[in-house]
Amino acid sequence: MAEPAALSEAGTGAGGLAVSLRGVRKVYDNGIAALGPLDLDVSQGEFVSLLGPSGCGKSTALRLIAGLNTPSSGTVGVARRAGSARTGHAIGFVFQEPTLMPWTTVRENVRLPLKLARVPASEANARIDAALAQVGLGQFEGAFPRELSGGMKMRVSLARALVTDPDLLLMDEPFAALDEITRFRLNNDLLSLWRNLRKTVIFVTHSVFESVYLSQRVIVMTARPGRIGSEIRIDAPEPRGEEFRTSVEYAGYCRRVSAALAPSYPGQATL
Amino acid sequence: MSSLQAPPSAEQRAPDRGTLRAIRVLLPVVVLAAAVTAWALLVRINHIPPYVLPGPGAVLRTLVADWPILSQSLLVTLRTTLEGFLAAAVGGIALALLFNQSRWLEYSLLPYAVILQVTPVIAIAPLLLIYLPQQTAVIACAWIVGFFPVLANTTLGLGSVDRNLAGLFRLYGASRMQVLRHLKLPSALPYILGGLRIAGGLSLIGAVVAEIAAGSAGAGSGLAYRIAESGYRLNIPRMFAALLLLSAAGIVIYGLLALTSHLLLRRWHESALGKEN
Repeated sequence: MAEPAALSEAGTGAGGLAVSLRGVRKVYDNGIAALGPLDLDVSQGEFVSLLGPSGCGKSTALRLIAGLNTPSSGTVGVARRAGSARTGHAIGFVFQEPTLMPWTTVRENVRLPLKLARVPASEANARIDAALAQVGLGQFEGAFPRELSGGMKMRVSLARALVTDPDLLLMDEPFAALDEITRFRLNNDLLSLWRNLRKTVIFVTHSVFESVYLSQRVIVMTARPGRIGSEIRIDAPEPRGEEFRTSVEYAGYCRRVSAALAPSYPGQATL
Repeated sequence: MSSLQAPPSAEQRAPDRGTLRAIRVLLPVVVLAAAVTAWALLVRINHIPPYVLPGPGAVLRTLVADWPILSQSLLVTLRTTLEGFLAAAVGGIALALLFNQSRWLEYSLLPYAVILQVTPVIAIAPLLLIYLPQQTAVIACAWIVGFFPVLANTTLGLGSVDRNLAGLFRLYGASRMQVLRHLKLPSALPYILGGLRIAGGLSLIGAVVAEIAAGSAGAGSGLAYRIAESGYRLNIPRMFAALLLLSAAGIVIYGLLALTSHLLLRRWHESALGKEN
């Protein structure tokens, strides 16, 4: 696996950079340019959304940051906390599907990252308990994934990403397949987790409303190849809740983001 | 009576499901009873002599009377089958794991595994009997027919890993052994069990084929040898009795493997789950 280059120590202090992409491009073997060149800086503790149409490379960007793919050119830098070696892993990743192991329980699914990092059992158990409590699944630890609803499976996936206490949480359209009520609840829970844990979150979505509700900054991407179209800062007061979702301010931000997104859908103009 | 009816609750439907299950067990039993009765009548009405076609009663009497010989033979055949099956299971899974770890090995050896599979075992058996001690040759036959389904299914299973889960393991820096142990083997388990279920029956066939090809007498002779021997002596009731035992052995082997598979998969795999989810 290609490890993303560590950012220099100078950049990793409080308020420093968590992620830094410089001139990153991804060209697939079949010659299709999927991404870039892309320049992106994300500060520590920031909540950033990547918003764009299907195939705009937002998931590709996320996989490059995670080190699941390597860029064709350019550099991907991810800050590592000095003591992060002890936690097993500095990056948590939540996929679009819950991606759970069907053959084992919720608890063992959450244990996976610790088991792979050979964390001692006593320490692992305490962390699993904490992670399950954070997502509100404490009493479901013995259940098998198939016994859970879509929203609960996603919570398990989130708990598994949190169990290593990562600095950086990468989320790839995690709530896209859920019904609206469940998604709103998970949005709220994610926001409160972010407020409490102060992790850096990069959240990929194709929902304007979700991106505005969650983020401090929305990055609108254009397709083929994926590039940053525009950036909109969402300066709504914290903490955000259901009032924000129905406020005039929220509607205004949504309108601005939608307008920024419109050029990404060239076909729509003629409809 | 109201035109709207509440849908039947689970409790109301439960007896229906119980009845259904009883019917599923009863129907084959009824068919068996009818067939045996027809067989008995056919023999009695037409006065068919037992050396042409014995009635079911004669077969059962022979089974009881010849039990010392037949049970001895049954044990021999079962032992051969079990050894062949174990060799097939271990060999098939081990080879599939090797293939999964090394593409070169797969390219080099897979064609020969296929050749071994497509060549009829009945044609190989006489050769094996020349070059190997008899008992080893018989086990080798049981192994040859049993190991390919295990190999093919395990290979399929090891290759059917969820892509995102594989990515997750990569993200967390899993070693090759960890990926194998915690991801590939559990993913492949339903496939492996499917392969073993086929191999169980095939090992019995392989053992029988080799025994018939071996065709030697002595204390170490299996059921298939008893069938061939009874055929030469026109002891048709004993042929039927031995055949009955072979079928029963096959059914028990299949049943045990199906049960194992069910017990291992019942908590999570679609194939073992109830239909209501």
